[in-house]
Amino acid sequence: MKKIHFSEWGIDSPRYWGMLAVLGAIIAVAGLAVFYMEHNGHWVTGMTNQVVWGMPHVFAIFLIVAASGALNVASIGTAFGKKVYKPLGRLSGLLAITLLAGGLAVLVLDLGQPGRLLIAMTHYNFKSIFAWNIYLYTGFFAIVALYIWFMMDWRMNKYYKPVGVFAFVWRLMLTTGTGSIFGFIVARQGYDAAIMAPMFVIMSFAYGLAVYLLVLMFAFKADGREIGDVLLKRLKNLLGIFVAAVFYFTVVYHLTNLYGTENHEYEAFILRDGGIYTLLFWGGWVLIGCLIPMGIIYHPALGATRGGIIAASTLVVLGGFATIYVIVIGGQAFPMAMFPGKTIVASGFFDGVNGQPMLYSPSLPEILLGLGGVALVLMLTFIGIRVLRFLPTSLADEVADPHHAKS
Amino acid sequence: MSKVEQQGRREFLKGTAATAAISIAPGVMLHSLTADAAPRTEAVTDKVRWGMLIDANKCADGCTDCVSACDKENGLDLVNMPEGADESLWERQRPRWIRQVSLKDNLSGKITHLPMMCQHCEKPPCVDVCPTGASFRRADGIVMVDRHICIGCRYCMMACPYKARSFIHAEVAEKLTHTPRGKGCVESCNLCVHRLDNGQTTTACQDACQHQAIVFGDLNDPESAVSQALKKYPSVQIRADLKLNTGVRYSNI
Ligand code: SF4
Ligand code: SF4
Ligand code: SF4
Repeated sequence: MKKIHFSEWGIDSPRYWGMLAVLGAIIAVAGLAVFYMEHNGHWVTGMTNQVVWGMPHVFAIFLIVAASGALNVASIGTAFGKKVYKPLGRLSGLLAITLLAGGLAVLVLDLGQPGRLLIAMTHYNFKSIFAWNIYLYTGFFAIVALYIWFMMDWRMNKYYKPVGVFAFVWRLMLTTGTGSIFGFIVARQGYDAAIMAPMFVIMSFAYGLAVYLLVLMFAFKADGREIGDVLLKRLKNLLGIFVAAVFYFTVVYHLTNLYGTENHEYEAFILRDGGIYTLLFWGGWVLIGCLIPMGIIYHPALGATRGGIIAASTLVVLGGFATIYVIVIGGQAFPMAMFPGKTIVASGFFDGVNGQPMLYSPSLPEILLGLGGVALVLMLTFIGIRVLRFLPTSLADEVADPHHAKS
Repeated sequence: MSKVEQQGRREFLKGTAATAAISIAPGVMLHSLTADAAPRTEAVTDKVRWGMLIDANKCADGCTDCVSACDKENGLDLVNMPEGADESLWERQRPRWIRQVSLKDNLSGKITHLPMMCQHCEKPPCVDVCPTGASFRRADGIVMVDRHICIGCRYCMMACPYKARSFIHAEVAEKLTHTPRGKGCVESCNLCVHRLDNGQTTTACQDACQHQAIVFGDLNDPESAVSQALKKYPSVQIRADLKLNTGVRYSNI
């Protein structure tokens, strides 16, 4: 294996600035949407007192979950000592930071009182898993930044491994923490499952890697760098394993739910009668998010093409959004079981009369805010790789594959 | 309007400062803020636990007296639909502290009605999850939101098993001094805390109920009407499986 060199992203200036301008415009529109929502209040959104978390939370949670997963590539290189992944580590760290920044921005801008964030920092309720998450997030930024620095600075290279291991452990805690936000909600049928936290960890692996692959392939193609087939194949296979694991957890989650009688109604809702949620579960979560990508990845011909890998990664991302939507919104749309053995036949506050689900239709400003978060992620990433040396000059097989010389 | 807001804020701060001091360390007063909290003269203590017994047999079909009384008492009737809002969407966004729910027993077909509001859990999930501690439980059992430190994350609404809370979705032009309210914060039934802190011993919904379906009082006082009623009639907690030890109990559901 040759020595790996890194360099700044070399696409020509007009193209670079053009991309930033487009992303900047999307972010500006999202900013207007935020101003509109905060100025008027949340009545201009589709969120209600029944469905209290909406589209912004779907985007935010997806990005945060993907953030910790994006760090995986670096972790495999460091914590597990896989040489071939080492050159990939820097971009992995950068994406972890930018995805988290994008996700948190969306989350914070949807608060009823975003201006009081300082209060959230000074008034702390240590029992709240939400408050713990704030620590986990800030810690994540700091550790990953340190990690990137140690990766980049040869003088610090001897500390790079312990920091890498620490970052890996931290990221596991972070996703577990995000998953626990739901796990702690005992009130709602869909969330009250111990499997929620590990399922979020495995989802983060898949979504993070899918985003990583897309950004890596785009960045390399854009300035004519080479990625070898051997490396791509490894990453692709890894994605296949993660997606299969998501599928496995999905099956286990619903089977355990079906096992417990008290969850039968929730299962019937998600799997059969839930309308849009059922559709998104089978079509989005299962088909687009798991089965089709697995089919492409393990298809002998399709899986070997770059187009196939791009398609599979894109589908994993789209399916991921559907998954989070089903979990976040579907979990709220399903009426809470307050009176077992009884049916609510009338209510002055929408308690799911006759088992009717709660209504929610996302409004445009909410979606724009979410898309703004995505644009922010890309913008920060592109700026990062442009000004600092995140990208290896080449990942061609003879450079990146440690076994290449031998074979 | 700003004057009303100002007064409301001051009065509210006084009230919550006293209680917050207690909720930080139960039994230990951090400072003598209570002196300011007129007309209350003593600190809120856990000698009292406010609670209710609701008799579903007495609650009448289609009656909205408690709901209107609460709306009026706590200024919820002053929350107007914003111009241009979609009416059916707004119905799902407007705040409600109490509501009537009608149930049909799946086996017998028996219909019961009951008012639902914050159940004032002894182990409130809404307090456990709140990142800032805005959602808090007073020593006397009242669970409420300090609207000055609520950041509007709505995690408490996700966590409440009774859907007791409302988010303020729009600007509120007019509000009562004793119930400050602000866009972007969460609120819920506080057992008419301003009344209790004023030395009154009833809630507005209880007073309004012509069918005497609601008995309110001190659960810790064996002589109180509510304790007596609880002793006399079998009662349940809604979602007792969660073991939240609610302050609001029901009979005949
Ligand atoms: S009923 Fe809901 S809002 Fe009231 S104390 Fe219990 S969890 Fe909190
Ligand atoms: S909405 Fe307010 S009271 Fe509820 S959890 Fe968030 S900060 Fe606490
Ligand atoms: S106790 Fe007071 S605040 Fe609570 S529901 Fe009754 S009237 Fe409303």
